[in-house]
Amino acid sequence: MNILRYLIKKLLRLILLLFTISVLSFTLVSLSPIDPVQAYVGAEMMRIGPEQRQRIAERWGLNDPPVVRYMRWLSSLMRGDLGTSAIYNQPVSQVIRQRFFTSLGLMGTAWVLSGVLGFLLGVLSGARAGSWVDQIIRFYAYLLASTPAFWLALLLLIVFAVFLKWAPVCCATPPGVLPEQVTFAQRLHHLVLPALTLSIIGIANITLHTRQKLITILNSDYILFARAQGENLFGLIWHHGLRNIALPAITLQFASISELFGGSVLAEQVFAYPGLGQATVQAGLRSDVPLLLGIVLFSTLFVFTGNALADILYHLIDPRIRLGVES
Amino acid sequence: MLEVRSLSIHFHRYARGLRRTVLTPVVDLDLKVSAGEVVAVVGSSGSGKSLLAHAVLGILPSNAHIEGEIWYKGQLLTPERQAAMRGRRIALIPQSVSFLDPLMRVGAQVLRAAQLSGKNRHSAAAQRAIFQRYQLPLEVERWYPFQLSGGMARRTLVSMAVVGEAELILADEPTPGLHPEVVQETLNHLRQLADEQRGVVLITHDIQAALQVADQIAVFYAGTTVEIAPVTAFSGKGEGLLHPYTQALWRSLPQNEFIPLPGMQPSPQDLPQGCLFAPRCPLATAECTAERPTMRAIAQNQVRCIHAQG
Repeated sequence: MNILRYLIKKLLRLILLLFTISVLSFTLVSLSPIDPVQAYVGAEMMRIGPEQRQRIAERWGLNDPPVVRYMRWLSSLMRGDLGTSAIYNQPVSQVIRQRFFTSLGLMGTAWVLSGVLGFLLGVLSGARAGSWVDQIIRFYAYLLASTPAFWLALLLLIVFAVFLKWAPVCCATPPGVLPEQVTFAQRLHHLVLPALTLSIIGIANITLHTRQKLITILNSDYILFARAQGENLFGLIWHHGLRNIALPAITLQFASISELFGGSVLAEQVFAYPGLGQATVQAGLRSDVPLLLGIVLFSTLFVFTGNALADILYHLIDPRIRLGVES
Repeated sequence: MLEVRSLSIHFHRYARGLRRTVLTPVVDLDLKVSAGEVVAVVGSSGSGKSLLAHAVLGILPSNAHIEGEIWYKGQLLTPERQAAMRGRRIALIPQSVSFLDPLMRVGAQVLRAAQLSGKNRHSAAAQRAIFQRYQLPLEVERWYPFQLSGGMARRTLVSMAVVGEAELILADEPTPGLHPEVVQETLNHLRQLADEQRGVVLITHDIQAALQVADQIAVFYAGTTVEIAPVTAFSGKGEGLLHPYTQALWRSLPQNEFIPLPGMQPSPQDLPQGCLFAPRCPLATAECTAERPTMRAIAQNQVRCIHAQG
């Protein structure tokens, strides 16, 4: 019963969040100097007279007050119609779906890699806090935490694609090959560098958080008592450390989804990887308002889902919450 | 069984800026515990008594610096020997349920204590047996520490210390803020352990509790043991007590004269040069402030006071 009430509460919160985001982003776009007609017509603008322009604007209802336009957009949204993307000439929902699945492989790989490696490095560093291993790991983590994703992407591109020629310079598939003929190995080959960029950037954050948490735990009363029972460092980490950092690590891992999403925008742009991140940049640069708003709402949903999953897992795993609710 | 000879513990730490300060919460402490005996170390809260237990087990933090000697059954304890004896020969009963892993089932924690105590093959049986001995219901095995009642938590902590064959039990403040019945029960458990020929050190601020079960009482003041006296000396007007602090402590108890001792204990950061009690002592002379007195045996007592006489 409780979990049901909890889920309903989460859902209401999501609806409220989406509504707020939609109002905010709609307001921002309305205030921006974007001219939808120009964005749609593009380079052909010179050939269109002011009357024609006026007629398009009227047909699209661009002269109506903002509230009316918002209500119109919202009612289409409710029906699942996100509009048509001007630059891809496809329904926005379709663009987002295609792009998202391309990004999913990239983000998923980076998510798992940065999670696992970040956790391991964090545990190693926290367990031997103050040692030279810890110093090196921390130096590496601070260095990466302050490295911009696009800069690292460019660096990797120069080293591995341009000089060493181990990885392709761009895209998710080899150019000039039909999508049906692309092999899995080729896809993987194109995935390596962008995924590496995202992972390396993600590791730093997770490492530093895990390290800090482990140090806190190693200073706790129950670790002192475990030491008094004769537990050695490995035993302390294995029997008590991992168990107690697992929960915050899960939260962190799911919360990192938002950062991953932000990172993928930059990484995809550098590698011309046709994912959602690249579409976001394109939509912004080329004033594709329906796509941009669609992506904003979608990313809100995506990040919210990540955080909600972390929260739900926490409730399911932590006995203090799980059993505390029951009794 | 256990003999602590002039143990001092220093902590170096950096205060504001880069000024280094030295804390000395334990100074020239002496203590002796025999098998079958409960020795209570009584002192005010937060005065560093716990550090004594941690020093014996060798689990002080790495910035602690130790002087003095700790002997166990005729062997000088080195860090290696301490590592081999922790949990096997010497066991700790900690203060509260916060010393249990909050995310591990109680049964698993007792089992782990049994494994670490060297009962690898029979640890499951040992765990069951100890549950029975301390009347912990079987279902408690599957509980988490936060589900334990105060009494159960105490029994669990005691059972973890004695699930192995530890001969020396260090009980650190085992009765804080507990229901009187639970306090009594815990004290009885400690007495039983001593009666089974174990050595028990009861570290406490509760002199009443100490009087109930201890054979010897070591009075802890400003980091040192000012007097070690048999429990029988703590009676009447305290005629059997030889140190001025112990006498003042005895007089300050509600059931006695209830006269408080003015002043405060010196801070571990700023200890007096000579006798640690001299600043508050009615008998203090120039000699007292010049040099720290050593432990002297007078009658049944051990006293750290140059003016004490039997």
